[in-house]
Amino acid sequence: MKPTRVTNSIRSLRFANGEMTQADLADRVGVTRQTIIAIEQGRYSPSLEMAFQIARVFNLPLDDVFQYPDSAT
Amino acid sequence: MSFEEKNTWIYALVSAGAFAAYVVTILGRAQGIPLAEVPYVGAMLWSIGAAIVASIVGRVIVAVVWPRDADRTDQRDREIHRFGEYVGQWLVGIGAVAALLLAMAEVPHFWIANELYLAFVLSALLSSAAKLVAYRRGFQLW
Repeated sequence: MKPTRVTNSIRSLRFANGEMTQADLADRVGVTRQTIIAIEQGRYSPSLEMAFQIARVFNLPLDDVFQYPDSAT
Repeated sequence: MSFEEKNTWIYALVSAGAFAAYVVTILGRAQGIPLAEVPYVGAMLWSIGAAIVASIVGRVIVAVVWPRDADRTDQRDREIHRFGEYVGQWLVGIGAVAALLLAMAEVPHFWIANELYLAFVLSALLSSAAKLVAYRRGFQLW
C-alpha cells in the first residue's frame, strides 16, 4: 500500500495545547478517535475540509499542521 | 477499533459462518443421492436470512457494549467502505458471468444457485478483507 507523503504535527500540537487527548480532538472535529490515530500515524490523509477543521482547532494555518515534502522521493 | 471496523469483522465472520453451516447441511443431506438432487432452497434461504439477522444483532450488540462509538461513522469509514466494495465487486461480476455460462450449458439449477451464493460470500469476504487491511495499514484512493 503506497503510504501518504503528507506529514503532520498533530501529536506535538495536542501536547502543546493542554495535552489534548485524541478523543477530545476527534470530538471537536467530528470524527472517530481511530481516524485521528490513523492521521497521526500517516496511515490516512484527511480531506482538505477535515484538514482545515483540525487546523482550526489549534488556531493555526493549514501548513503549520500539515506538511508536504518539496521533492518526490 | 472503530464501530465500523468491528462491524466489518462481524459481517465477514457471519458471512463465512452462515455459508459453512449451509455447506455442512447440504453435504449432510447428500448421503446416498447425487448432490444436484439435494433439496437446497430452504437451507439456502435460512442461511442467507440468518446471516442478515445475525449481522443486525451483532451491530446492536457492538453498539450496546461500546456505546461511545455507536453509530459514529466518519469520512474515513465511508472511504474505506467504498474502497472495500470496489475491490469485492469484481467477484460478483465473475460469479454472474459464471452463472450465465452454467445456464447456457443447461446445468441443474442447484449448481447455478450455489455458484451464485458462493460468489456472493467470496465477494463479502474479499471486500471485508480489503476494508480490514485498509483500517490497519492505511490506503490511498489514488
